[in-house]
Amino acid sequence: MNDMRVTERTVTDKQIKMKARKVQVFYGDNHAIKDVDVDIEDKTVTAFIGPSGCGKSTFLRCLNRMNDTIDVCRVEGEIDLEGEDIYDAKVDPVQLRAKVGMVFQKPNPFPKSIYDNVAYGPRIHGLARSKAELDEIVEKSLRRAAIWNEVKDRLQAPGTGLSGGQQQRLCIARAVATSPEVLLMDEPCSALDPIATAQVEELIDELRERFSVVIVTHSMQQAARVSQKTAFFHLGNLVEFGETSKIFTNPDDPRTESYITGRIG
Amino acid sequence: MTDATAGSAPRTPARSLFAEDARTKRRNRAEARFRAYGLAAVVIGILALIMLLISILSNGLSSFRQTYVTFPVELAEARLDPQGNRNPEEIAAVTTFGYLPVMAMAFIEHVDAMGIEHDLSPQEMAAMISGEAPAQLRAMVLANPDLVGQTVTLEMLVNGRIDGYFKGRVTMASAERDNNVTPGQLVLAQALADAGAMETRFNWNFITAPDASGQRPEAAGLGVAIIGSFYMMLVVLALALPIGVAASIYLEEFAPKNRLTDIIEVNISNLAAVPSIVFGILGLAIFINFAGLPQSAPIVGGLVLTLMTLPTIIIATRASLRAVPPSIREAALGVGASKMQAVFHHVLPLAAPGILTGTIIGLAQALGETAPLLLIGMVAFVREYPAAPLDGLFDPASALPVQVYNWTQRSDPAFVERASGAIIVLLVFLVFMNAVAIMLRRRFERRW
Repeated sequence: MNDMRVTERTVTDKQIKMKARKVQVFYGDNHAIKDVDVDIEDKTVTAFIGPSGCGKSTFLRCLNRMNDTIDVCRVEGEIDLEGEDIYDAKVDPVQLRAKVGMVFQKPNPFPKSIYDNVAYGPRIHGLARSKAELDEIVEKSLRRAAIWNEVKDRLQAPGTGLSGGQQQRLCIARAVATSPEVLLMDEPCSALDPIATAQVEELIDELRERFSVVIVTHSMQQAARVSQKTAFFHLGNLVEFGETSKIFTNPDDPRTESYITGRIG
Repeated sequence: MTDATAGSAPRTPARSLFAEDARTKRRNRAEARFRAYGLAAVVIGILALIMLLISILSNGLSSFRQTYVTFPVELAEARLDPQGNRNPEEIAAVTTFGYLPVMAMAFIEHVDAMGIEHDLSPQEMAAMISGEAPAQLRAMVLANPDLVGQTVTLEMLVNGRIDGYFKGRVTMASAERDNNVTPGQLVLAQALADAGAMETRFNWNFITAPDASGQRPEAAGLGVAIIGSFYMMLVVLALALPIGVAASIYLEEFAPKNRLTDIIEVNISNLAAVPSIVFGILGLAIFINFAGLPQSAPIVGGLVLTLMTLPTIIIATRASLRAVPPSIREAALGVGASKMQAVFHHVLPLAAPGILTGTIIGLAQALGETAPLLLIGMVAFVREYPAAPLDGLFDPASALPVQVYNWTQRSDPAFVERASGAIIVLLVFLVFMNAVAIMLRRRFERRW
């Protein structure tokens, strides 16, 4: 692992996929996220970094309204997906989550076959008209998640029987099977060993060609390796947001610098 | 303490690892004591269980065997069908008392024909056959009127005391003091048994026959009680499982967490602790007095037991729903499943083994419940088999635990054996249900 290696990538002007303005999140009386403004670009990997409890996961879960499942959680401000406010009363979170997929910290495949894991999303959204189409979606998704070659001979085997890294890639395949536009990843590598982590990171870089990826990570090296944009959160505030190369080499805010150099966190 | 080892070592450690200090000794003693208490508790429990089983088995196993006497009976037309036209209605006019002398005479003649010496009066001889036998013969003739005029070889129940003699409950000495049996009868019974006319064999009637009156313990069976209990379990399963599971899913997955649901939750737990007889009073007031359902009917028993079982099922279901890791729900929501899809596609199948186990344990509890059934009239003496469901649910029936309760109250010592036998049947059902519960849990348990 080459620490603090910053990948130099050309970041052309891309259209904004998601836009957050003045987002506040409350857990009961606790003001967890304060005034966050972030633009998520299309076909870009955006990393959220920051010390534990800084609100980066909370903010990520606002982007596909997973926080709705928590009773005491309240979100204010505006989050747009291609110009539409996702917290509008007319929006059904189920439809939103088909467009904004999510991969979780711990690999959580359903205790079903590998095939059924990937086919579940397309089935409930009616994306396939026939078995052949569904087969095609499953194969395509597994290929995109770079796991097809490992599982193509045992699609009917239980997904929970795979190794941790394979399970996480299966979960990524499951998330991309519904053809989302944005893929949210909440510390996708924290439960994986370094080899599986490297595979998933490579995969994230490939996914960038089709999706807009948002990744929360504890590892600054990982943020540096996979992302083009980085947002640094601290105590519920968005401290700094910009090009990854700039954040890691020449941050504007002293708190960012302290965190990156390991003085806070 | 500190210098426990010999001083020859170059450097003696301040505290040797080889010597226990006082504190360690005390802790070790406390642990040894605790283990001894635990072991003693387990041993006492096991001994109590073994004694219970021995007592029940030694008392009750004999109820599965019964003594029968075999002899030919001439079904004389003159007595059983005076008109001689084999009209079932006219044959039915002859009551059980009409069959009694036919049977008694045939028995006496058969004993004489076998050449067995005895000095018993005809009344004493007739008393050796069960009071149930003429009724059985009558039922046989009514079912097949063509038997009248023929000579048939019958296998008939013998009196409970004679039966008790072959099972060791009645002895010559006890017969001396007993008004219901004489030593002479026992001698004759022994002679008949030696001649092969009387034998003690496996008794299916104990499981299939209906109850009999207090004078005829030899004829009493569990048939109606088993059917009644089975019907009640059907009602409980059909009502408690869907209602309980639906309520649990709603409370656990959909209901907002507020004061109202908290109150409901507390009260469900409280309901589980309500004495069962209270449910009986509730059932009497609501289902019989208010709704006008019949007394002694399995439908009412089933409804009352449903009320009693619901808290058990709800608590077990909620526990198994809660045991499904939240990551599965998140995974389903994350790919855009609705809440209901997440629950029904993923959470419920994972919780199913726990739900089934809870349901079976609830059913087993309901199967053994007596008190509420006493209040809704299931304690009645029922000899008619209930009809097939659904009509049969409204017919009078008994229940296994109530039958045990009933039999323990009767004076004839033969009912001690019957009651213990009924307990064995009940225990077999309970063990079977619990085994199914364990099997289901093993079979469907999945890891994630």
